[in-house]
Amino acid sequence: MRLLHVFGFGLKVGHLLWMLCCWVASMVSMNWFINGEFKAAKASLLGASGNKMWFKFWDKISSHSFKIHHEYYQYVGSKRFSKAWWRKLLPSWLIGWVLASVVIFCCMSSQAAEKRKETLASMCDERARMLQDQFNVSMNHIQAISILISTFHHGKNPSAIDQSTFARYAERTAFERPLTSGVAYAVRVLHSEREQFEKQRGWSIKRMDTLEQNPVHKDDYNPDLLESSPVQEEYAPVIFAQDIVSHVVSIDMLSGKEDSKNVLRARKSGKGVLTSPFRLLKTNRLGVILTFAVYKRDLPSNATPNERIKATNGYLGGVFDIESLVEKLLQQLASKQTILVNVLDTTNRSYPISMYGSNASDDGLEHVSHLNFGDPFRKHEMRCRFKQKPPWPWLAITTSIGILVIASLVGHIFHATVNRIAKVEDDCNKMMELKRQAEAADVAKSQFLATVSHEIRTPMNGVLGMLHMLMDTDLDVTQLDYVRTAQASGKALVALINEVLDQAKIESGKLELEEVQFDLRAVLDDVLSLFSGKSQDKGVELAVYISDQVPEMLIGDPGRFRQIIINLMGNSIKFTQKGHILVTVHLVEEVDSIEVETESSSKNTLSGFPVADRRQSWKGFRTFSQEGSMHPFSDSINLIVSVEDTGEGIPLEAQSRVFTPFMQVGPSISRTHGGTGIGLSISKCLVNLMKGEIGFVSIPKIGSTFTFTAVFTSSFSSSKKYKSQKINNQSNFVSTEFHGMRALVMDPRPVRAKVAKYHIQRLGIHVEIVSKWKQGLSIISKGGSAKNMVLIEQEVWDKDLRGSAHFLDNLDKINRGTPKLFLLSNSIRSSGANNTSGVRNLTIIPKPLRASMLAASLQRAMGVENKGNAYNGELPRASLQNLLIGRKILIVDDNNVNLKVAAGALKKYGADVVTAARGIEAIELLTPPHQFDACFMDIQMPEMDGFEATRRIREIEQDINNRIHFGELSVEAYNNVSNCHVAILAMTADVIQATQEECIRCGMDGYVSKPFEAEQLYREVSRFFQ
Amino acid sequence: MEVGQMQRRLVDYTKTLFMEGFLDAQFLQLQQLQDENNPDFVVEVVSLFFDDSEKLLNNLSMALDQPNVDFKKVDAHVHQLKGSSSSIGAQRVKNACIAFRNFCEEQNIDATLRCLQQVKHEYYLVKNKLETLLRLEQQIVAAGGSIPMIDMGF
Repeated sequence: MRLLHVFGFGLKVGHLLWMLCCWVASMVSMNWFINGEFKAAKASLLGASGNKMWFKFWDKISSHSFKIHHEYYQYVGSKRFSKAWWRKLLPSWLIGWVLASVVIFCCMSSQAAEKRKETLASMCDERARMLQDQFNVSMNHIQAISILISTFHHGKNPSAIDQSTFARYAERTAFERPLTSGVAYAVRVLHSEREQFEKQRGWSIKRMDTLEQNPVHKDDYNPDLLESSPVQEEYAPVIFAQDIVSHVVSIDMLSGKEDSKNVLRARKSGKGVLTSPFRLLKTNRLGVILTFAVYKRDLPSNATPNERIKATNGYLGGVFDIESLVEKLLQQLASKQTILVNVLDTTNRSYPISMYGSNASDDGLEHVSHLNFGDPFRKHEMRCRFKQKPPWPWLAITTSIGILVIASLVGHIFHATVNRIAKVEDDCNKMMELKRQAEAADVAKSQFLATVSHEIRTPMNGVLGMLHMLMDTDLDVTQLDYVRTAQASGKALVALINEVLDQAKIESGKLELEEVQFDLRAVLDDVLSLFSGKSQDKGVELAVYISDQVPEMLIGDPGRFRQIIINLMGNSIKFTQKGHILVTVHLVEEVDSIEVETESSSKNTLSGFPVADRRQSWKGFRTFSQEGSMHPFSDSINLIVSVEDTGEGIPLEAQSRVFTPFMQVGPSISRTHGGTGIGLSISKCLVNLMKGEIGFVSIPKIGSTFTFTAVFTSSFSSSKKYKSQKINNQSNFVSTEFHGMRALVMDPRPVRAKVAKYHIQRLGIHVEIVSKWKQGLSIISKGGSAKNMVLIEQEVWDKDLRGSAHFLDNLDKINRGTPKLFLLSNSIRSSGANNTSGVRNLTIIPKPLRASMLAASLQRAMGVENKGNAYNGELPRASLQNLLIGRKILIVDDNNVNLKVAAGALKKYGADVVTAARGIEAIELLTPPHQFDACFMDIQMPEMDGFEATRRIREIEQDINNRIHFGELSVEAYNNVSNCHVAILAMTADVIQATQEECIRCGMDGYVSKPFEAEQLYREVSRFFQ
Repeated sequence: MEVGQMQRRLVDYTKTLFMEGFLDAQFLQLQQLQDENNPDFVVEVVSLFFDDSEKLLNNLSMALDQPNVDFKKVDAHVHQLKGSSSSIGAQRVKNACIAFRNFCEEQNIDATLRCLQQVKHEYYLVKNKLETLLRLEQQIVAAGGSIPMIDMGF
């Protein structure tokens, strides 16, 4: 699941990145779009469509990404995210972005080209306009000159202008005509006037065509060499000319092909007329000539061409040296370097004549601007090109490549993430599979262990039984020894198997704790007596101390608790050669006060040997770290149990694996001490089952202290359900015969004295502790009330024999009823005991102290009668008989044998038994009024099972009860029982919790196992029959 | 045969039955239920068990012979047998029945057939043993002795 979250996170991040990309891209495109709109209304078709495309694409992308997002949630729900989907996504993502970047590239480069074109157009237009303007200015001026001539030459007689005047005037006004290189005036001369004209002028009219055919260099030019004009209808010889073109004086303009066309057109139209460009005379440069006609009089603007021809006086021509002029013009403008300008005469569309500019290869971009020089006949245009080729669209390239890189990076990240996730998922699956296998193997192992141990136990019982029987036969000593050894080994084996079985049960989770009432003190007494032999053999002192705060009766699993204690004590005994083993039981709540006690002196221990500080052993417990979380109002009782020994301790390096099953300190340990190393592991599991914790502290050569906590229930607050199972428990014997007696314990060691006090107090005896002889004497002599007994620690006795003798002497002198003397001895066989043999009324009480033994010793010594104390093993049986005698009981079971046996058992207890084999019979028999006191019903029966039968019986009862309640039926008819309810107990072979619950649910009052167990039967039956 | 000797044999024999796991504590309880009021209790119960079991075993054989085995029915029969056997303390029959029921749940015909053989085998064994035991007891009673109570204190 965590993986999916990571994955989801990845997707989200991806989505975010994606959005970012899209946003950036859209911003860029929007900018373009807006720029395009404002800059030029005629945004190119490509650009517009590009924008449109982009928007569509953007829409698609965003909807797609939304889909991805959406699908992510869907897929995550189904958990199985197809990897193939991702595999397909990556190439499509890349392809998509390649396409996108291509589109972006196209858009950007077209934008750039567009911009370039616009720049070119604007530059070209600007140049064209300027050229046109200047041209127009020049033209206007030429027109002005024509008017000047018409006024001063033709209007005055004689003429006010001669060649020199004109030349000077023209020269001085040349600045007004920036485009003209020169002006000249040709007068109209008819053939009839030629002679007179030539005479008057002093030169003959010359023709021009030869000149045109053989262009000559300027320097060689000599007008005198020109032929005189042939006879024509009329002539147009130049009479005035600016100095610069003075060579054209006397040349007949009509003799030139171009000029004559021009002249004729000019006089016809009355406007300025341009020639097509041609090589100028003398300068040999390309130029055009503008011609204006000069009329005799002012003509109306709508004059016909004929009138105009007739009124013509002469022709004014201006030479426009286009090439140089355009050059000059362009030089005035900025960025002349960047563009190439061509000026063309396109009057003849198919053969445009270049007027200016080189004819470079016209590839690439070109802008054409039309020029209007005022002559409608002639068309001119300006063509502009950039000098350089268009630069590479670096911005577009970098942008698209950048986007591509980002996209592929994102794709890579995604791919890597998905791959990683897939890998991790695979690994996880593999692990899960392995885990499952391992768990299955573990369960199988546990089951195998359980089965095998169980299977071994059965034959082992046979072996042990046979050995037992063999021991009863006639055997010599050796044989007996063999048999004993065999039996001991067998018992050890069975114990081992039991342990293994426990471990297996715990591991497979099958172990359930009992919930019965038990006496903790009795359990510990039991354990003490179990180990007393061993401890006495070793000379190790064994003691148990239980705090007064711990309640008498607890509810829990005594067997398992005992097992833990036995495990811990067994270990302690095994590894302790001298000193003591002390078991203390406290409430967890008391721990603080314990700490205070122990803090007083670390040497203050039971046997005087130093011990490991037990506080260390519970340092890690959760119970203490979260003190506040304990429930003060619940009836749970938290016990903390410590087992302290002065053994050899656990080596530091082995301490970490103490609770690991089958782990022992080292191989040598198992050889010297035996055991499987499973006990502590089981203990830990059991403690965990008791909702407790276990810990230890161990100092090599000093000893170990194991501490565990366990949670039990207080027996006072819980219901009677737990009515003591251990009815024959030892604790019941604790007699009241010693109540009110007083005792004095003489022991210098507080801890040991406390233990002694605890045990003696259990018998109801008031205890005082003294540490010295003297003190004891004074208390006995002075004390307010007489002491019934004095218990002396053997150590005190042995150490100071003189003191004891003195004490005994003094004791005799006291008149107030001599107290009995007891010696608390660690070992019966110890030498000290021999020293006391002579002493009168001295009884030795062997340690470990425990209530039963203490009581027995005291009884023996004090002569208190042991009355009514006999343990009645027949208690349940006898009680059952009391309960059941004369009762009428119905047994329902489909199994004849079971029926017979159950009936036999109940009859044995004196019950009056009726049997039924089917559920329906039971219902008939159990219809009120009831004749039966109780019914034992089998659960699993054909036709109608016990649950169903009970349910029906309860329904009938309910019905009748209601009817009695409402007065429909008389109570008398039902034996004056207004609320009939027959006790129905289930008989079942499987005593599972679920079955019990089912029993209660369908109205049964309890259950007994089949076949009957006297104790359980008694427990159940006693709830009804009192 | 002398009564005392017979009694010892009875005790020994009973003990072997317990050792070999044929019988368990329930049989002891059964014996304890027998008293003056009910002198033939054990015999009655045991013979009831024999009759019942034979019937059940027959039924089982028939049920398992069917082409379509009704496992529910088989299970019910085995349950009955288990109940009776545990009532008289025929431990091994009971254990065989437990295994039988497990296979019934699995609906494993082969295994159930094997189990039937096993149950039959165990049943005949215990029947044999019980018959011998009861014969011994009868002989003792006929010889005028009393049946010794056995305390299985191990």
